[in-house]
Amino acid sequence: MSDRYARLVRMPVAGGVAKRVGLPQPVALEREGPFRGRVLLGGAGRVARSAASVLAAMEVDAATALDDPVREHAAAAGLGAAVFNPLAPADQRFKALVFDATGAELVELHRFFHPTVRRILPSGRVIVLGDGRRALEGFTRSLGKEIGRGATVNLVHVSEGAEERIGDTLRFLLEPRSAYVSGQVIRVGAGEGVPLAGRTALVTGASRGIGAAIADVLEREGAEVVRLDLRDADIELDITAEDAPAVLAERFADGLDVLVHNAGITKDRTLGKMPEERWQAVLEVNLFAPQRITDALLGVLRERGRIVCVSSLSAIAGNAGQTNYATSKAGLLDLVDTLELSGGSTINAVAPGFIETAMTAAMPLGVREAGRRLNSLRQGGLPVDVAETVAWLAASGLDRNVVRVCGQSLLGA
Amino acid sequence: MKPRRVAIIGGNRIPFARSNGAYAHASDQDMLTAVLDGLVERFSLEGERLGEVVAGAVLKHARDRDLTRESVLGSRLAPETPAYDLQQACGTGLETVITVANKIALGQIDVGVAGGVDTASDAPIAVNEDLRQILLDLQRAKSLPARARTLTRLRPGQVVPEIPRNAEPRTGLSMGEHAARTAAEWGITRLEQDELAVASHRNMAAAYERGFYADLITPYLGLERDQNLRPDTSLEKLAKLKPVFGDTMTAGNSTPLTDGASTVLLASEEWAAERGLPVLAYFVDAQTAAVDHVHKGEGLLMAPAYALPALLDRAGLGLADFDLYEIHEAFASQVLATLAAWRDPVFARERLGRDAAVGEIDRSRLNVNGGSLAAGHPFAATGGRIVATLAKALHERGGGRGVISICAAGGQGVVAILEGAA
Repeated sequence: MSDRYARLVRMPVAGGVAKRVGLPQPVALEREGPFRGRVLLGGAGRVARSAASVLAAMEVDAATALDDPVREHAAAAGLGAAVFNPLAPADQRFKALVFDATGAELVELHRFFHPTVRRILPSGRVIVLGDGRRALEGFTRSLGKEIGRGATVNLVHVSEGAEERIGDTLRFLLEPRSAYVSGQVIRVGAGEGVPLAGRTALVTGASRGIGAAIADVLEREGAEVVRLDLRDADIELDITAEDAPAVLAERFADGLDVLVHNAGITKDRTLGKMPEERWQAVLEVNLFAPQRITDALLGVLRERGRIVCVSSLSAIAGNAGQTNYATSKAGLLDLVDTLELSGGSTINAVAPGFIETAMTAAMPLGVREAGRRLNSLRQGGLPVDVAETVAWLAASGLDRNVVRVCGQSLLGA
Repeated sequence: MKPRRVAIIGGNRIPFARSNGAYAHASDQDMLTAVLDGLVERFSLEGERLGEVVAGAVLKHARDRDLTRESVLGSRLAPETPAYDLQQACGTGLETVITVANKIALGQIDVGVAGGVDTASDAPIAVNEDLRQILLDLQRAKSLPARARTLTRLRPGQVVPEIPRNAEPRTGLSMGEHAARTAAEWGITRLEQDELAVASHRNMAAAYERGFYADLITPYLGLERDQNLRPDTSLEKLAKLKPVFGDTMTAGNSTPLTDGASTVLLASEEWAAERGLPVLAYFVDAQTAAVDHVHKGEGLLMAPAYALPALLDRAGLGLADFDLYEIHEAFASQVLATLAAWRDPVFARERLGRDAAVGEIDRSRLNVNGGSLAAGHPFAATGGRIVATLAKALHERGGGRGVISICAAGGQGVVAILEGAA
């Protein structure tokens, strides 16, 4: 679990040596508490007004350029934004840069970020509000790889008419809880967010690791969480059991608001050496059981219900020895794409990258170190990083998004 | 009773001198008396009993407790002309104009002189505060032993005198340091400050060239033009100067310490008509404002940003509705920060409670005959310089509207509107 290398590079002498020889420099990511610091807001597309309102509601210290039309939006939103002039920058530093690129010429990206990107503080944030253009993805993904110092870069495409719906997502991406989410493209549609307080949530595989963290975070947000696992849980059940769907439908006959498919296993082996039962066992737990349980619980899923699947980076990037696992986890993404839902309910997935758990601690050293370092943040994530992302998806109005929690891993798209 | 129109008949000032320059040995009273006499000469006021003379100085000696009255007594005005001092830091000069104008408007007087004077050379130096306390205690002590005991408190360090400092009493920061904070807050660049400074010098040099100042200035102690004026200054020259406040403010885009005095003659229209004196402009209205630079983080010199919108509202005018703008250039950055605040919708909403930005000005109408960066800034004399200059400039145009904005220490600001007479 412990990242000895990350601690080493933070020590005075060893850290200096590591820096000189060009070794990765992971910084201790800020993960907790509210957003603190100054946000520079720029761009005046169709989302700027809403972004200014979100920042005003967060009561953050904001700034804009004096002659940026966004300042009119800031004023209208009651955002007491300070003035930033890149030609007279003094010693201004920013915790976050938020740029509304909807409808903007691409040169505006350069004009806004070129003088400011080196003014970002450690664990800072870059958020581009986009209009669906792939050009913006190329920009944010590349910036994420060069920004360094624990800062993250994400792109939020906002559909026409969904401008007022960016609040949950903008907050999440700004706040420390999104520490390990970088290089992502998030699509905000017309769906409305629902606070987790008072909602009933079922989390599978909740007795340890990522599942336990998910349950804890949902509980912290005020949800009534039912933890399911083989043992040490509120419901002790094998989800692959034939009667599992019926048992759960009965248990939640009064209704369920949030369903988190987290339970999963690995049985790694290269395909040529993998017997069918090894293949099938993984698909049963990771894909077929969630499919059956989803079908069974759709009847009790309340209005504006939320389904969140815990997929995997392996599902997107592929991983040697994990044909079974990747097939199952990618199958969950099919569920995200195709499940028919009504009543304002949504389905989304998170795809964790290298997360420091008992599972990754058991990996051979070389693989483990590669997993930890081969991402833009140069370190592994923590279960809570995945859990925070799940909680955000479960509370937001987002639908059919797949968000990787991987520190922008070099693997996969 | 309907207030009367207040006419600005003219003004007189002496060229402003750099401190410890041409007027190094002139006192406030010397200079104020000189400008009064110049005004008397220009408008044939010898022996006249005027309604009132109001003037002031920012740096004052204890002996100058009735500086203006003493100057009147020393001038060629009738000794029966009443006078008093008024003081509002750099707002003093404009405030004296407002005071005299209001009395004329109300019919309490028909004619008056407003003015101001300051010397940074002949500055008052006081006895060390510790020593002063000991000397006072010595006076109070009744017995010889008590006096002896008091004298034992004397220390060598107490011979160091108290010299007035250009620092805000409640923040300990100099005005330049305050202005540098504001400049950083508003993102004011070095280049735009230097550009403003160059424009100030060039405009003032051009105004001298065409004789604009001929009937506004009386030479004094060998000086015929403002000593600080550098007609040949350029962006290249200014760019070479090292910052003195913050990282953008230099000696070239900040006003230097200056000595000088100015006066303005104001009267009712009737009084002017009786004498056959042409009216240059009319005083329309004025407004003062103050900000809390101590606790609320407001810019020390940003009060005009608040004062002017209030005045515009009362006058039913927009910021663009003026033909000429006179903004006192305490520092180029102060002018630019004020302009930035006026065009900023966030400042309008958050600080002024207005729905839209105050507005923008046409920069070609700003300080068209030079500003304080070129002329220098003898604190209390600046208001009189600007009022007379603007009144004449409006008259030259055959009318139109002008606005004056002056920032002052202590977080204060004074603004006024003039209307040109054809």
